[in-house]
Amino acid sequence: MKLILARLAILAGILGFWEFASGRLIEPYLISKPSLIFTTFWNWVMDGRIFFHAGITAMEAVAGFLLGAAVGMTLGILLGRAEKLAELLNPFIMGFYSIPKIALAPLFIIWFGIGLEMKVLLTATIVFFLVFLNTYTGVRSVSPELVNILKLMGANERHVLRKVVVPSAIVWVFTGLRLSVPYAMIGAIVGEMIAANRGLGYLLSHSSAQFNTAGVFAALVAIITLSVLMNTGVGVLAKYAMPWEKAQKNREVSI
Amino acid sequence: MTRSPALAAVSAAPDPATRPEIIRYENVAKAFGALQAVTDINLTVHEGEFITLVGPSGCGKSTLLNMAAGIFAPTSGAVSYRGEKVSAFNRKVGYMTQSDHLLHWRTVAGNIAVPLEIAGLSKKQIRDRIEDLLELVGLKGFGDNYPNELSGGMRKRCALARLLAYDPETLLFDEPFAALDAQLRLKMQVEVRRIATQLRKSILFVTHDLDEAVALADRCAIFTSRPGTIREVLDIPLPPDRDLFHLRHNRDYVDLTARLWDEMAPAISAEEH
Repeated sequence: MKLILARLAILAGILGFWEFASGRLIEPYLISKPSLIFTTFWNWVMDGRIFFHAGITAMEAVAGFLLGAAVGMTLGILLGRAEKLAELLNPFIMGFYSIPKIALAPLFIIWFGIGLEMKVLLTATIVFFLVFLNTYTGVRSVSPELVNILKLMGANERHVLRKVVVPSAIVWVFTGLRLSVPYAMIGAIVGEMIAANRGLGYLLSHSSAQFNTAGVFAALVAIITLSVLMNTGVGVLAKYAMPWEKAQKNREVSI
Repeated sequence: MTRSPALAAVSAAPDPATRPEIIRYENVAKAFGALQAVTDINLTVHEGEFITLVGPSGCGKSTLLNMAAGIFAPTSGAVSYRGEKVSAFNRKVGYMTQSDHLLHWRTVAGNIAVPLEIAGLSKKQIRDRIEDLLELVGLKGFGDNYPNELSGGMRKRCALARLLAYDPETLLFDEPFAALDAQLRLKMQVEVRRIATQLRKSILFVTHDLDEAVALADRCAIFTSRPGTIREVLDIPLPPDRDLFHLRHNRDYVDLTARLWDEMAPAISAEEH
């Protein structure tokens, strides 16, 4: 509680100083001011514009996120178990990984047009690599000793996969997913900034083009809110998928 | 357990050599690339015997266990199990290593269930078996805890229950208690001896703890340093129902450990260089 109050105090301090500085210390067209940003934001809320644009962005980010995560997880597990194939493909994967994925946007526009698909696929490509590499690492880190112990118990490859590989990779998958949230937003928003007439990225670049600084900041507020929501979503999902993590916190039962 | 008539047979057969043999190493050598791990290994394990393997680090004691389990084959010589050459994963054996390898996303009961699920038992059969096993290893009431809520000793008990769940007739231990503190280790040694006799398991137990090697074993195989080979197999004339807590007052035990220490001292001090 104390912590929350302290945080609110810091926020109030920043906003207060910002409000004061605007027009007195710094030109208002550069930094606008909180009251104006709030008014702009509120107007967008009232005419529903913010929900429309945020809805589009959220859909792109979530769809791309799910697509990238699903493909990344599947391939990560597959290649994690197929050592030879992974070794064969390694230079290609790393080469492709080293491209800043945003640089693929122009190519994606040519291939998929400027509609939703392009943003979803751009987002999915970014998320894919993060989830894929994490899942792959997770699968590779499964102890061969443990696999042998299971095989002595009569386990076949399917048992090993279902009982050990997939569950132990989950921790890594969620690490990948957590890392991916901001990147998924980057994919969706940059996609919209480059080519779109809707979405928060569009709202951002449109406001900027009209020197509507308050609008730019209001769009940023919406983007932050969306990111926080997605982060929370992944966090809730992680808690649900990994109940033993909670147990870690109330440990220490003595013999 | 259904094995209780056999339990009487154990104490009735004082000479292990009269029992049927279960594992036989014949002139076994194993090399990993240029590294000769073990050479010239000859050892026969009989049914219900508890054999400890001691020797300097890296002398290939674990290699013996891996070959009995069929994890890899010897470079030359033969490893046979009940008269048959070990060729693939030997499902008659259970393996326990220094790391307990519990699945941290499963509860204690869930961990013990793994081999039972693999065997395709029904939910009810699994539940009943888990209850018995928890009782056997002294973990009653902890079935719903996650491994990370347990102490080191309890984790070992859980790993032991999982190992016993599919009832392998031979147990391979690779320094399972090395990471435990002295008191906990003694407790676990008592458990293993008790369970081994009660369930009439044959056991190969690798350790670098010389006291443990004598305290637990019916016979103790002493290794030379790499390339490892068995220098001597020591008979341990301690009774099957020995009391591990009071062994320190046992003349035979004291003499044997002293002798083992003397034998191992040159190899151990050589390791330092």
